[in-house]
Amino acid sequence: MSGTLIIDSGGANLASLQFALERLGVAARVSAEAREIAAADRVVLPGVGSAADAMQRLRAAGLAEVLRRLTQPVLGICLGMQLLFERSAEGDTECLGILPGTVRRLEPSTARPVPHMGWNRLQALTDDALLKGLGTEAYFYFVHGYAVPLGPFTCAQTHYGEDFSAVVRQGNFCGVQFHPERSAASGARVLENFLGLR
Amino acid sequence: MRFRDHRVVGDIMTLAQRYRDEGADELVFYDITASPQGRSVDRSWVQRIARVLDIPFCVAGGIRSVADAETVLNAGAEKISINSPALSDPNLIDALSRRFGAQCVVVGIDSERTAAGYRAFQFTGDPGRTRESGRDVLEWVREVQERGAGEIVLNCMGSDGVRQGYDIEQLQAVRAVCRVPLVASGGAGAIEHFSAAFRDAGVDAALAASVFHNGVIAIGALKQALRSAGIEVRP
Repeated sequence: MSGTLIIDSGGANLASLQFALERLGVAARVSAEAREIAAADRVVLPGVGSAADAMQRLRAAGLAEVLRRLTQPVLGICLGMQLLFERSAEGDTECLGILPGTVRRLEPSTARPVPHMGWNRLQALTDDALLKGLGTEAYFYFVHGYAVPLGPFTCAQTHYGEDFSAVVRQGNFCGVQFHPERSAASGARVLENFLGLR
Repeated sequence: MRFRDHRVVGDIMTLAQRYRDEGADELVFYDITASPQGRSVDRSWVQRIARVLDIPFCVAGGIRSVADAETVLNAGAEKISINSPALSDPNLIDALSRRFGAQCVVVGIDSERTAAGYRAFQFTGDPGRTRESGRDVLEWVREVQERGAGEIVLNCMGSDGVRQGYDIEQLQAVRAVCRVPLVASGGAGAIEHFSAAFRDAGVDAALAASVFHNGVIAIGALKQALRSAGIEVRP
């Protein structure tokens, strides 16, 4: 077992996540090797781009099954969180199926542009360890066009035209719709909380 | 926040950290001379900025290909913004959106009110090469959304640098046809200008440079005033 690992899901933009962990004193490795991923203490599944592309890359690298079997703490970020679910309406994509449910498209309107981009607060529904030390005044940076509806796995929700899951958790698998690596001090706290999970 | 190199406003690392600490929600780094001179910016600074910034930032200027964008995004920028190259080759928007997702593709539009309506201008970084692109701004706004832009920054040239306020009428006209986030740019000179852009034009964000660089407006005071005006902003 060794350290924190970021799954190289092929998209750009792993650097900001690596730097955020670096600011917390953690040198995270980036890898797409099944054996390394399985052996890590903690695994982060980032994701920028489309669900179909990301799933295709994970399957091509033989990682879909590896991910499902992980027992250490796993954190999906943004698209990475959405991939934990059964399906995504984005390209009608079959995802990892670790958590139940389907990711839906946010409906755009002039009053509510999509993608949803900006700083929002969370409404915590459960007392999850990921949200330790964060009050209702904490803001997080969101950038997404699709969202996970509320479910039994929802630890915190956010409202943008509709309520959606902002933080989810099922056993060792957790996910955040916002970008903790770009959410200033409150995002750093979420990452720190994740690093404290055993 | 808009950084431009018309005049040297200080080391960008120092400024970036200052604005981060003062509570800026996003920073935009513009090299406005990159497009007119047909060169790309030196990208080594992007990674240095990404190491210290814990808020999103966007890089604009001289991004003319998927490869240019990839360099910047891999270095840790959240978004790339294209302006003149999109007018020369609109397919670039589609290519960037397909490869990286709409959320990181910002299209900047330099717009000016003319007898023929609002027109998009190109190469505005170099007064000698600035030219009308031949495109109507409202049509261009519709087109870039179709092509996959995830955000539009509308820089109203008539009000830019004058500090008499954002061009609310023009922003309203664009807002009416814009279903992606719209950012107001050009004209901020006082706190009321920001609240007017949010309240009257319904923009999603307001961008300013000189008033922050010169210390005319402090970010903390601005956000406090916006909150008092009932506009939700991150403290």
